[in-house]
Amino acid sequence: MYVAVKGGETAIGHAAQLLAHARRGDTALAELECRQLAGQLRHAVHRVMQEGSLFDETLAALALKQAAGDVVEAVFLLRAFRTTLPRLGSTRPIDTAAMRVRRRVSGTFKDIPGGQVLGPTADYTQRLLDPQLLQCGAAHSELPQADPLPNPLPSVLDTLGAEGLIEAELPPPGDPAPSDLTTQPLMFPADRPTRLQNLARGDEGFLLGLAYSTQRGYAENHPFAGEIRMGELELFLEVPELGFAVSLGEMTVTECQMINQFAGSASEPPQFTRGYGLAVGEAERKTMAMALVDRALRAQELGERITAPAQQAEFVLYHTDNVEASGFVQHLKLPHYVDFQAELSLLRTLRQEHETRQGDPA
Amino acid sequence: MTHLHPDAARQHWLAILANSHVDALAPRLVPHLPDESRLHWLRQPHTGLAMVEGRIGGSGARFNLGEVTVSRASVTLDERTGHGHVKGCDIEHARLIAIADVLLQDPERYPTLQREVITPLELAIQARREQQQRETAATKVEFFTMVRGED
Repeated sequence: MYVAVKGGETAIGHAAQLLAHARRGDTALAELECRQLAGQLRHAVHRVMQEGSLFDETLAALALKQAAGDVVEAVFLLRAFRTTLPRLGSTRPIDTAAMRVRRRVSGTFKDIPGGQVLGPTADYTQRLLDPQLLQCGAAHSELPQADPLPNPLPSVLDTLGAEGLIEAELPPPGDPAPSDLTTQPLMFPADRPTRLQNLARGDEGFLLGLAYSTQRGYAENHPFAGEIRMGELELFLEVPELGFAVSLGEMTVTECQMINQFAGSASEPPQFTRGYGLAVGEAERKTMAMALVDRALRAQELGERITAPAQQAEFVLYHTDNVEASGFVQHLKLPHYVDFQAELSLLRTLRQEHETRQGDPA
Repeated sequence: MTHLHPDAARQHWLAILANSHVDALAPRLVPHLPDESRLHWLRQPHTGLAMVEGRIGGSGARFNLGEVTVSRASVTLDERTGHGHVKGCDIEHARLIAIADVLLQDPERYPTLQREVITPLELAIQARREQQQRETAATKVEFFTMVRGED
């Protein structure tokens, strides 16, 4: 028997009202402004931009406010919004070497050109809760200043590259445009540009877990953080009407260049290999995880045995997207009344047969 | 600036306009705005997307990092066309850039606009960046080497 069920409209309407009410919280307190979110919860806003794959702080802050701080829900809102906008083109590939650096550290060389620059990092804080932040209006002291660093800061890996000790990273012949996961479905084998696009929009938690698994021995690739840099760089868009690339303004990005165990062959001398991570905003954890997973996914290309989940492209790339994952996990709460009735009816039949057999002395 | 190739000069002022905050641009530009009836909008201000590309390892194959919102507008005034492009959803910013671009192409208007709009905005950008670079430089690590033992 199949019974169509309708209803719930009123309940859904009321639930939406209750949701808006719950989002606003105590009306005796001031409402959050999106500008405050972008300015004071920047890491949350950056993460929504990365995984929403839409770099717009205002929209990401709005999504975060609307989702009441639920990052994955905010990512979903941003992904949905992007589908309403036309694509105007592609920017020129960004030049991370030209970045105006606000943080740059290396885990491989102490003395690097330009030095180790810590920037606004939480790395050396004690991780003790600061009760002063319970109150608003903390006094601001004047920031210390020093003579500006060389600009641009030379890349750390260039020193290894100059000696030929690390694999060269050069564009393939013709410098082809990359395939685009927003217009073409993910297919296997997936090339490295496709994998990196997937990882760049992938869930940080999932990538972090996979990256950690490689360090714990599931696809050990002996990583060193060659260079991590964060700062601003200018975006350029080719505009045919103008005949030149026009500046769109600046964007903050974080880049991680991971140096990994050697590879060599009959024709190539042993040299370090690379893993690469790049993300919009301040995203050190994300880019480090991305670089480790990128390197693990190069197993086949580098002739390594594929033994661990982080090396399996299909396993990794099909499960990074938290909008897809969240949708499929959460769809289970939608009505499955008919499916379940079928299962229940089958189980009852099996039970009946079982009881009949038990009662049958033969 | 006049010694630059016309495209280079234009590229420069467009970069200054896009890198300035709209709240800094608007009050400087408003006194120079022509009558709206003289402006013909070829492309009304609107927002779209541009795919941001990166390179593997910073120098290798291109890959798609994600999309950025871009607002743009195109306007004509006295046979000249101005184009405004800027990151973000602020269509007013794109509209003002397009108008500034068309005005700056007029040799008679250029010196005044350069003096009253572009130069002050450029100085503000430089000051902001230098301040940030000085604050960043103060977080550079100075290593101390300790020598132990007799030799």
